[in-house]
Amino acid sequence: MSAFDLQQYLDFAYIAAVVLFVLSLKFLSSPTTARMGVLCGEIGAALAVLATLLTPGLREYRWILIPLIIGAGFGIPLGLVHMTAVPQRTALSHAFGALSAAMIGIAEYYVGTAPVTRFEMGEIALEVIIGSLTFTGSLIAAGKLQEFLPQRPIVYRGQNIVSLSVLAGALGLAIALVVNPANTLLFPIMVVVALIFGVLLVTPIGGADMPTVISLLNSYAGFSAALLGFVLNSKVLVVAGALDGSSGFILSVIMCKAMNRSFANVMFGAFGQVQVSAAGAKEERVVRSASPEEAAAILSAASKVVIVPGYGMAVAQAQHKVRELYDLLSKKGVDVRFAIHPVAGRMPGHMNVLLAEADIPYDRLIEMDEINGDFPQTDVALVIGANDVTNPAARTDQSSPIFGMPILDVDKAHTVMVIKRSMNPGFAGIDNPLYYLDQTLMLFGDAKQFVGGIVKELGGH
Amino acid sequence: MPQDFISNLYVFILAGFVGFEVIRRVSPLLHTPLMSLTNALDAIVVVAAIIIAGRHETMLTTVLGAIAVAASFSNMVGGFLITDRMLRMFKSRSKQQ
Repeated sequence: MSAFDLQQYLDFAYIAAVVLFVLSLKFLSSPTTARMGVLCGEIGAALAVLATLLTPGLREYRWILIPLIIGAGFGIPLGLVHMTAVPQRTALSHAFGALSAAMIGIAEYYVGTAPVTRFEMGEIALEVIIGSLTFTGSLIAAGKLQEFLPQRPIVYRGQNIVSLSVLAGALGLAIALVVNPANTLLFPIMVVVALIFGVLLVTPIGGADMPTVISLLNSYAGFSAALLGFVLNSKVLVVAGALDGSSGFILSVIMCKAMNRSFANVMFGAFGQVQVSAAGAKEERVVRSASPEEAAAILSAASKVVIVPGYGMAVAQAQHKVRELYDLLSKKGVDVRFAIHPVAGRMPGHMNVLLAEADIPYDRLIEMDEINGDFPQTDVALVIGANDVTNPAARTDQSSPIFGMPILDVDKAHTVMVIKRSMNPGFAGIDNPLYYLDQTLMLFGDAKQFVGGIVKELGGH
Repeated sequence: MPQDFISNLYVFILAGFVGFEVIRRVSPLLHTPLMSLTNALDAIVVVAAIIIAGRHETMLTTVLGAIAVAASFSNMVGGFLITDRMLRMFKSRSKQQ
């Protein structure tokens, strides 16, 4: 077979891969077909990789096979991490994706004998800048999620001016390179400046904003791959990058809407600083608390219970105890459902994965818009480690920083029980009037231990 | 403006629309697996990395290509693996009994 024919077969393999990728995402529309989607994606990826290994002109298989083995050596353990580590794993995979897109873009600048044209230089520069900043930004996000770095926002005076100047510096160097692509000295400097910007971009963002940031980094990683497709004139990269980029973009929009905030506000607002002034002015208000025994009695007397999980449940790893509670109450004939806020946890869909891992059937996990109307008919709303997403101030208090954010209307339930470690304000430092309502009972303690206590009372173990 | 750029732009825009329509229909239940799956699909950049590394034009580009092969293949393997693990956990009530 001549090289030309082989090239055509490669193109057909890539087209097949692209079709399989779209089908893969299509099957993800329902949990019943979703695993078929993974299979489609795997077949498509395998086809594309095998076809590429047959490309004419590859001389050094050593430099391909050894990195493939190393990649698998990293990828398999990263695919087997515990479900609680999924947010940081996801951030790390955005970093890897962006790293490889940046590396290929950089190589493309140095490869070949003829200097790149101005147009190509522009494409490469943009691609490398996005890839580099996504790489370091995602590493910082992963570090925050793994708690190597503090989750609180790290801010200083004039931060936005410094960050934006660094970005302007990277773009300025890119323009200088477009003017004179042969100025090879500027290229590595541009890469370094873009890497620094990635660090500056994510460092000031607090843990509670991670669902949006992870989605945005997802979309950057995708778009850098699509841009790489432009640089290399590879349609399969353009399509895969566009799919990944639009997926990340849609998720970012959903997350921003769920917090009633703009992209700019998330990226530059440094939300989540403890608001000292608001906290200081607050008068002492009484809360009612209850013991596991009392909570168990109230729950077993209920007929409809809605459990609202949040990041606190994930931190305490309480999901398996929650499942025991769900089982015991269901056995007593109590209707138990879970209310999932889009930004509960540290990444889109975080709570669903944790509860599914604990074997809670997915048809019990209800989205915010669907369940909100049911709270007035709910006997008990049990909030486990969620705070801001239940704060009624978002509906009523115009001065609240979260005013306008869509929330779960737990305050409309007949009885509200909130498991919380203490009365300290939550991550965003915003006081929650829910805790002072007449129908609210505070259950102070560690989520896992407290739910364990309720389970014991209900006759579990 | 090069002709390739225009044809790639067509592909990009159409793929963006397809992506938007398909992903809009993904159940919010599955947003975490969606992210890990798109990440695994995005790791298809490994094909470009393989070509850069395998052509072995200069030591620099080969090493950059090799790093890219390892990084993206790790995403491909790990992404598919964890997506499937997550999806296996999602069971309906009828399946459990």
